[in-house]
Amino acid sequence: MTLISPSPRRASRRPASAPTASRSLAGMLVKIAALGVLDALVVYACFVLAMDDSWTLLVLVALAAAVINWVYLRRGGLPAKYLLPGTVFLVVFQLYVVVYSGYIAFTNYGDGHVGTKDDAIAVLIEKSLTKTADSPAYDMVVLERAGELSFLVTEDDGTARIGGEGRPLTTAPGAEFEDGIAVAAEGYTTLDLAHRFSRQEEIAGMSVPLSDDLDEGALRTKDGTTAYAYAATMRYDEEQDAFVDAARGTVYRDSGLGAFTADDGEQLLPGWKIEVGFDNFARAFTEPSVRGPLLQVIVWTFVFAGFTVAATFAVGVFLAMILNNPRVRFRRTFRVLLILPYAFPAFLSALIWSGLLNSQFGFVNQVLLGGAEVPWLTDPLLAKVSILLVNLWLGYPYMFLVATGALQSIPEEYVEAARVDGAGAWSVFRRIKLPLLMVTMAPLMIAAFAFNFNNFNVIYLLTEGGPQDISTDMNVGATDILITLVYKVAFGETSGRDYGLASAFSIIIFLLVAGISLIGFRRTKALEEIH
Amino acid sequence: MAAVTEPTTRSNPAVDPRGQDRRRASGPSQRRRGVLALAGTYAVAIVASAIAVFPILYIVSASLNPNGSLVGANAMFSSIDIANYVTLFTTPAQPYLAWFGNTLMIGLSAAAGTVFLGALAAYAFSRMRFSGRRFGLTAILVVQLFPQLLGVVAIFLMVTAIGDIFPALGLDSQMGLILVYLGGALGVNTYLMYGFFNTVPSSIDEAAKLDGAGHARIFFTIILRLSAPILAVVGLLSFIGTASEFVVASVVLADPAKQTLAVGLFQFVSQETSANWPVFAAGAVLAALPVVVLFFLLQKYIVGGLTTGAVK
Repeated sequence: MTLISPSPRRASRRPASAPTASRSLAGMLVKIAALGVLDALVVYACFVLAMDDSWTLLVLVALAAAVINWVYLRRGGLPAKYLLPGTVFLVVFQLYVVVYSGYIAFTNYGDGHVGTKDDAIAVLIEKSLTKTADSPAYDMVVLERAGELSFLVTEDDGTARIGGEGRPLTTAPGAEFEDGIAVAAEGYTTLDLAHRFSRQEEIAGMSVPLSDDLDEGALRTKDGTTAYAYAATMRYDEEQDAFVDAARGTVYRDSGLGAFTADDGEQLLPGWKIEVGFDNFARAFTEPSVRGPLLQVIVWTFVFAGFTVAATFAVGVFLAMILNNPRVRFRRTFRVLLILPYAFPAFLSALIWSGLLNSQFGFVNQVLLGGAEVPWLTDPLLAKVSILLVNLWLGYPYMFLVATGALQSIPEEYVEAARVDGAGAWSVFRRIKLPLLMVTMAPLMIAAFAFNFNNFNVIYLLTEGGPQDISTDMNVGATDILITLVYKVAFGETSGRDYGLASAFSIIIFLLVAGISLIGFRRTKALEEIH
Repeated sequence: MAAVTEPTTRSNPAVDPRGQDRRRASGPSQRRRGVLALAGTYAVAIVASAIAVFPILYIVSASLNPNGSLVGANAMFSSIDIANYVTLFTTPAQPYLAWFGNTLMIGLSAAAGTVFLGALAAYAFSRMRFSGRRFGLTAILVVQLFPQLLGVVAIFLMVTAIGDIFPALGLDSQMGLILVYLGGALGVNTYLMYGFFNTVPSSIDEAAKLDGAGHARIFFTIILRLSAPILAVVGLLSFIGTASEFVVASVVLADPAKQTLAVGLFQFVSQETSANWPVFAAGAVLAALPVVVLFFLLQKYIVGGLTTGAVK
């Protein structure tokens, strides 16, 4: 029966279910394709990691890939399928960053303390290579294989030896001679003059060890035709684990400071990276050259964030209040104009203000003050004032926006009732509107405090933290807040990079912000419960 | 833009009969106080608006002023010329077009990624019940206490190390920078979307499920479509955040041609403030224009998002 005349219901159902099936098939295909691309990338990554001998990383990558495949290929576990993509990024670039910052804070990582001890030893020996007065000269040519350069030198006894950067001299395979000088070797191309010229810098930078023992010295060349033996003035004594300066007789020992140190405290740099425990934190709070500036910066950070929140709140609420009066005309126009600073990208505003406040040419001094030279951004105290005012300009529209919304949601009856009871405008504001505003705005104020605590852009783009504090060696200025100090300590150009100390500062910021937020949110919870 | 005047007839006391009644009822001293207060309000509003708008008018004027220096820019709107805009695009010393393109590319990719990753997570939190759900929601908030900004040293060292093995993701790689930014995708934004998804009635999902729609289909064709406003807001907020991000971008991207507007313009203007000012002004105006326009178009949603998101 059904074959001959299918019921209308079935006929109508079939086309409805067909697209669903094909859709889910399409979804399946997309999923498999995406996983395929991911797995291909992972295989490639594992291959590269294997070439690099990074086995730990390889295992981690492979494990992560396995987990991802398992999550998407098994049935069920739907929430994980939706949460995983964001979580992967969160774990790698947020959680791991936190943990790694914590680790760096406990190391001496920074300029002069980058690699391992073995790296440092190799660099120190190479750095101490000097051409000795009676240094023998060798005839040589430069060879190339797969982009890598080698020296082919002819020894005094006429044998040809070959070696390169980090590859000690060995007997050259199938050397060809011309006038007793080796000019070519099997499997290598001899560089002609033009090529030698174009790679001159690279050639001059090479040092080829004479033997496996680095202390024996190395060959260097200036022109690519004659090489001289350079001898190390520093000898590394493995038994003592110390460097000996042959000429002066000074002994530099590994005394656990991450660098070879002489008895008088002189250090050989580069050193190497070691874990230093709480040294960076101890330095931050005990070493006078760090403690003084740091404490100033912490105080200023609190003043900056605290004042900003209080002032933006006061101005924002005040403007919202007076524009909430229905008798004022053009309220929308005023509102649009007043929130313009918020719509304008803040990093550009900061740069614009730095021009406006320029002491020699800026608009404020030249036009408004008739050619005065007020050092708005270059006097330590005035710079702080300028920063606070500019940040008030940048920040009040946010409070204004929120307060405007919150004020409009306060029921008119509350205000009327208070008026009937004889309350004046001030006590209506103080006792009715402000408490209700606070319920909405208190959490935002905590968030604003946390944000301004790390408001890097305003400080750095306006003053770069300056004017420089000349009473200390540290690269720190009068308007630096903690986060700009972190940036300067880690990446500053004038003073060396100190990643360890910078990370220690980061951890201090984190503890401060986390503590304040915790206390703040507890308070606002209490506030919400009251109302 | 939205500079529409209020329908003022109602609130204008001169026309409003009730207002006149009130004025007649109150004594002359109170009336004068009301007028004074209103005048004061106008004065404050006008002064505040002038301060708010002035720097922006100033930079627009500076960008149009062909007198090439910081001092020259002080004579506002004295002459109007597009020479600075031409210089901006034709001087190879400051690759403005590249900066603009980079910022757009990095900002849009990071914004799209943030919206997508955040929406996926928000959907799970909003529509599914599973063990660890509360923990996940709390964890996302707690992690925000350590913004990526603080980890800039660790990020720099990490990206350097990654670059040693995979140069395509290392220093000077915009792809690497985007991936770093995506680390912050789950955060306040997720909460905004989570809150919004919760307002989409789940009866709609149920109905779709009965019609045979799978979870993916419900997510892509129902939830995302109904939540378009919040997706736009999160996208815009994330775009603005990424485009003005200075610290991480300045550390990861060193090659001038690869930098973003924030880093490039800062270096350009701090090198030689006075001489570069007019050209910088032109660059600033062009960079700010799209952001300002988008902000006012989406203002209603942004304000809503700001309050609900932060309160939750």
